[in-house]
Amino acid sequence: MRRVLGYAAAALLAGWILVPIWFVVVGAFSSVARIYDYPRPPVPDWSLETMTFFVTSAGVPQALLSSVLVAVITGVLTMLLAAPAGYAVARHVFRGADAYRLTILSTRAFPVVVLSIPLAVFFLQWGVYDSVWGVAFMHTALALPFVVLMVSTVFAGVPVDLEEAAQVFGCSRFTAFRRVVVPIAAPGIAGAATFAVLLSYNEVFAASILTLQEPTLPVFVLSGLTQAPLPFRYAGALFLLAPAFLFILLIRKQILGVGGRPTLR
Amino acid sequence: MAEQTLSRSATTTGETPAAVPRLRRWVPYLLLAPSIVYLAVFFASPMLQAFGLAFTGTTGRFGLESIRAMLGDDRFWPSVLTTLLLLVVLLPVQFALALGMGLVVNARLRGSGFWLYVFLLPLGVSELGAGIAWYSIFVEQGWLNTVLQGLGIIDTPVIWLDYRDPVRVVATIVLAEAWRSTSLILIILVSGMRAIPRDYLEAAEVFHAGPWQKLRHVLLPLLRPTIRTALIVRTVLAFEVFATVVALGGTGTDVLATQANRAYTEFQDAHLASAYGLVILVVSLAAVAVILVSLPIRRERGE
Repeated sequence: MRRVLGYAAAALLAGWILVPIWFVVVGAFSSVARIYDYPRPPVPDWSLETMTFFVTSAGVPQALLSSVLVAVITGVLTMLLAAPAGYAVARHVFRGADAYRLTILSTRAFPVVVLSIPLAVFFLQWGVYDSVWGVAFMHTALALPFVVLMVSTVFAGVPVDLEEAAQVFGCSRFTAFRRVVVPIAAPGIAGAATFAVLLSYNEVFAASILTLQEPTLPVFVLSGLTQAPLPFRYAGALFLLAPAFLFILLIRKQILGVGGRPTLR
Repeated sequence: MAEQTLSRSATTTGETPAAVPRLRRWVPYLLLAPSIVYLAVFFASPMLQAFGLAFTGTTGRFGLESIRAMLGDDRFWPSVLTTLLLLVVLLPVQFALALGMGLVVNARLRGSGFWLYVFLLPLGVSELGAGIAWYSIFVEQGWLNTVLQGLGIIDTPVIWLDYRDPVRVVATIVLAEAWRSTSLILIILVSGMRAIPRDYLEAAEVFHAGPWQKLRHVLLPLLRPTIRTALIVRTVLAFEVFATVVALGGTGTDVLATQANRAYTEFQDAHLASAYGLVILVVSLAAVAVILVSLPIRRERGE
């Protein structure tokens, strides 16, 4: 009886998550005429008309390209900064380690809304306003604290013994890191990078402040909301949601590290 | 433990034990340096600059001009109220949902990996995408009216997204946000639950504790630090709610973040926008302080 209740609760909660997603799929893969049908038909007619309309709308291809570029730059930059820091936090004992960790954690208390406006002023002076670089710099600042914690959790999960064993057998500390730690940590590191990419692809407030002529996809869709027809909205929603499903599938194991309380050392 | 690692590896590579730690002492700082510099330039310095912007007017002189302009805006107080209302209604809904999902994931049902994946899906979902998904539900010729009319509950489509009825619009935003951002609380709760030894719950079972008693007297007290973390993270994010509000409320519903955005993108006033930003910062920090004081944790463990 208890088990039945458990499955019922699981199915109910899963429905709560999946049904709105299904509605987006129905919207995006229905023909334009069908989108305006009421009562709404519960299944799409698998027409590509709506999606084609969206993808060929003026501005969409550029916005999509901007979004992808920003997300890739953010992912690379974040990992370059976070991977060494995460390793240091996980493996080294040093004065100030706690202060560093506390600083990283406390950045969560600061809303990003506050950041983007002064950054817009800076970027105007530096000549990166309204460019993929400016938005990527901002997104990196957003992702960095989370990713440092995720990466440190990943490195902390690699047994120290393995690293030591490699050193006993004559590897230098760096070789031991490269040949032993990196292969074990790779999936977790990829997960952390994916998190940064996804955060960037989804972020809309800062991107709308920092761009004018070169909007990212969410900014473009947002600015079109006031006058855009339903097909534009629904196809846009699918474009905004789709990467999430793939990426969450890829990183569902690592993602628990975002939750904080990493098991350090 | 790592200290031992250092000295042991030093002896195995045959270097003098004294020289190596002195050199290696700099290694962690070198590893941290890039991230520290980056956060100083792109996080700390704009944070400080936000004060400078908010307390100088368009004239460039120090003063309260922008703050006064903000307080004088007749959309200011409604935006504050809507933001707070959203937070107050949203948090209990989200914690109940997340706890339910956490218990399901923890119940060792068949396919628990699948349930966790489904519950975590919204974690990667864009705020705007979620807003549009729920727009398609609540729009006049949308899914909710289709279902209600199909069941014979209503005769004609109801206008749910009526900006003249803020309570109704806020309710739709609460649902959309609960759908989108509960998974963030869920991952924090699940990692907290995983850290609780099974023995505790089994001990409770030995003493014939029912499911409710186990939740109330074992799980929730042990999850206290976790719940506090989740509460802080979620509260700060709730003050920044933006795209779901625009998607569902259009230009008729204001929260602090939409006001800040409008100040910059429509009025090109970085000073006014920063003033709004500072309000968000102040209420966030105040809320974090309230949470820290009202949920004290005697023994800090690895948090």
